[in-house]
Amino acid sequence: MAEREVVFRVHRYRPESDRGPTYQDYRVPIRDDTVVLDALNHIKDTLDPTLTFRWSCRMGICGSCGMNVNGTPVLTCGVFVKDLRGGVVTVDPMANFPVLKDLVVEFDDFMRKLQGVKPFLIRKEDAPLSAGEYRQTPEQVEAYRQQSMCINCMLCYSACPVYSRTDHFLGPAASAIAYRYIKDSRDEGADERLGRISTKTGIWECTFVGECSVVCPKDVDPAAAIQSLKVLASMRHMRRILMPKSASR
Amino acid sequence: MDRATYDVVVVGGGAAGLRAAIAAAEANPAASIAIVSKVYPMRSHTVSAEGGTAAVLRDYDSFDLHCFDTIKGSDYLADQDAVEFFVSKCPEEIVQLEHWGCPWSRDPDGRVSQRAFGGMSVKRTVFAADKVGFHILHALFQTTMKFDNIHRLDEFFVTDLIREGNAAAGVTALDMRGGELVRITSKAVVLATGGCGRIYEFTTNGFIKTGDGMALAYRAGVALKDMEFVQFHPTALPGTGILITEAARGEGGYLINKDGERFLKRYVPEKMELGPRDILSRSIMSEIREGRAFDGPYGHYIGLDLRHLGEGTINTKLPMVRELAEKYVGIDPVNELIPVRPGQHYIMGGVATNARGETSVPGLYAVGETACVSINGANRLGSNSLSECLVFGTSTGRAVAEYVRKKDWPSGAAAKEAVLAEEARIYDGFLKRERGSETVAGVRKEMQQLMERDVGIYRTEAGLREACARLVSLRERFAGIGIADKERVFNTELTTVLELDYMLEVATAIAHSALGREESRGAHSRTDFPKRDDARFLNHTLAFRADGAPRIEYLPVTITRWQPAARVY
Ligand SMILES: Cc1cc2nc3c(=O)[nH]c(=O)nc-3n(C[C@H](O)[C@H](O)[C@H](O)COP(=O)(O)OP(=O)(O)OC[C@H]3O[C@@H](n4cnc5c(N)ncnc54)[C@H](O)[C@@H]3O)c2cc1C
Ligand code: SF4
Ligand code: FES
Repeated sequence: MAEREVVFRVHRYRPESDRGPTYQDYRVPIRDDTVVLDALNHIKDTLDPTLTFRWSCRMGICGSCGMNVNGTPVLTCGVFVKDLRGGVVTVDPMANFPVLKDLVVEFDDFMRKLQGVKPFLIRKEDAPLSAGEYRQTPEQVEAYRQQSMCINCMLCYSACPVYSRTDHFLGPAASAIAYRYIKDSRDEGADERLGRISTKTGIWECTFVGECSVVCPKDVDPAAAIQSLKVLASMRHMRRILMPKSASR
Repeated sequence: MDRATYDVVVVGGGAAGLRAAIAAAEANPAASIAIVSKVYPMRSHTVSAEGGTAAVLRDYDSFDLHCFDTIKGSDYLADQDAVEFFVSKCPEEIVQLEHWGCPWSRDPDGRVSQRAFGGMSVKRTVFAADKVGFHILHALFQTTMKFDNIHRLDEFFVTDLIREGNAAAGVTALDMRGGELVRITSKAVVLATGGCGRIYEFTTNGFIKTGDGMALAYRAGVALKDMEFVQFHPTALPGTGILITEAARGEGGYLINKDGERFLKRYVPEKMELGPRDILSRSIMSEIREGRAFDGPYGHYIGLDLRHLGEGTINTKLPMVRELAEKYVGIDPVNELIPVRPGQHYIMGGVATNARGETSVPGLYAVGETACVSINGANRLGSNSLSECLVFGTSTGRAVAEYVRKKDWPSGAAAKEAVLAEEARIYDGFLKRERGSETVAGVRKEMQQLMERDVGIYRTEAGLREACARLVSLRERFAGIGIADKERVFNTELTTVLELDYMLEVATAIAHSALGREESRGAHSRTDFPKRDDARFLNHTLAFRADGAPRIEYLPVTITRWQPAARVY
């Protein structure tokens, strides 16, 4: 396979020695099947072992390797260098998160929000295991399948203009996961979850820019999930006004 | 934070670690459980498992049949009492995960579906399309968030075990983000650190699978059992090593050589594509040797043919296979053959434990791919591993919950000493060392190539002796590795050096165990001893760390109801 050299302009930030971020250029040999993550590993293994980034599965499923490449949030293990336009490839950490070092960001905020939406089945009463599985038809699985595909890669937060202004916003992935459980026929926690997320700062700030769904590598469509949550939350609100006693139903 | 204390420390947030943590938290709500993981739990390599997880759920199946398939698949090296326990517990784990929200694929009547898998005589493998590991991992991870007594230390890299007297008393770990060494004191430690595939050059395993827990237990004097049994999966993508799941064959896919022939008819005529992995991988190697394979930029390969399944089946049952093939090799399996070749995938061996996860060190447990109970013997059947993580995760979690109820707190003196020793070893030793004569990437690559060549699918005495000798010299060269990154925060150059340290330890145990076993059984194929030798080797290998070469001992296999017989498919 033919090789050529491509310049990678990589964001550097060394918390213990740098005052601010800088860029460093590396020349990397590229073939048709080189992904951006391969190029970063080439840099780390042969040019500069101090370059710091996360990765593991190299097959688009663990969600570790998200970065902004030429300004767009992507999984670097899934983007081929040959498909990138322009001469120089710029690699930045994901936007809207504190940078820990080079390309590594901190997203504890998401982990708290995830926990906040109660991302587990809520049942009034758990059936004993001896009763066997809860039945669920393929159609009922289909109702939440799409939102169950989220790999927590954070690309949607990196793309979200609302999250960049206000980190109170629940944000795309946590909303999608809340919606996933609400749409699950086995779950009985919709009211509880909707109550938690339909606060002023939860989901209402989303202006339906839809950037999150564009960058999502797993077709989770968090933008649509947020819109559906707004509808469900409004309906819950209406029900509460009209029939206060049955609100929990 | 420079210290923390919990009743139980679970090292690892994959299927095994998470399942153990939940079981312990449920069994002992008063106990505090910490999940300590070098990556966020949902990044663990369990996430990449595609095909499914086995359990007897239907009338057409039986516990005896699942036992027999597993034992025959293991080439009679599995402990049969452990297999019987395992098989009897699989069904409730499937239901439990279902109750925790796992989106299993369903039949039209709403019951959990099952598919065919290699070496299983009937449809026994439960699945969630072909993202089974992903869904299991996220369902478990999100379920841990229900428990107030489960705490997480995400991105904490464990460097050593703390012992007080003989018993486990915690771990030392690098807090990657905080940039400091911490001591985590506990009454018990569960190692759930997964496999060690990155010892090999061509593997389906992620970058984080470096055998850490195996090395930690080995250094603490626990035996590594049956380490010579390394599984090579027949269908990995050339170049990257990305797995194409066995479910592709379970759903009816064919393996084809360059003459367009389903060549398995020469090797496993009864089972064809659903033969066990060790035999299929060797069959592919034979086709390659005899010049009947395709030739590509990454060497020889054979074709996986899904075209006759049709686009509908591929999309609903194997969407990830299509996604991976399109993305990484640029072909659409609806119309074209997927190029595949065998690659390292799994290790049957591991930290010697019983069915409660107990090791020979009090308070030290191991579970999941890092452990060896053993139910997999000389060859694991596909879809038994996730079930193993679940079943033994539960039994280990319950056992450890009971242990800490009666156990007193360690005094903490050993922990203080341990952290000082680790500071000297890691910060003064590794980090302060000036640029060395070697790089971590250089030494790692040599180890991987060596293991691939001499401790791979076929082995000989000469090759294994060469491997053992060269591992000694790699260990010497390891001492010359310099670290350029001097910062403590998120120093991944430092952690890859520590991982290489673990891998060299584990590789040495594998090579010596393989040298000792002068027979061919399951995945261990010695061209100089091509037959199974029950008279000498119906035994588990135990490798103990010693000065110089490991000390090798043998332990008889437990046979209950299935007498060893010839293994023909
Ligand atoms: C591509 C692929 C597909 C597979 N498909 C199937 C399948 O279909 N069916 C099946 O049954 N099996 C399958 N397997 C096998 C199965 O997925 C694994 O054996 C199983 O998931 C292992 O789980 P685990 O919990 O033991 O380890 P892992 O999921 O690997 O988790 C290990 C954990 O330990 C932590 N850890 C490791 N070292 C340290 C350290 N030093 N400090 C702190 N934390 C540490 C890691 O962070 C991680 O959280 C597949 C394997 C692969 C590679
Ligand atoms: S919704 Fe999509 S982009 Fe956002 S975290 Fe999940 S998988 Fe990633
Ligand atoms: S490395 Fe796992 S998603 Fe890219």
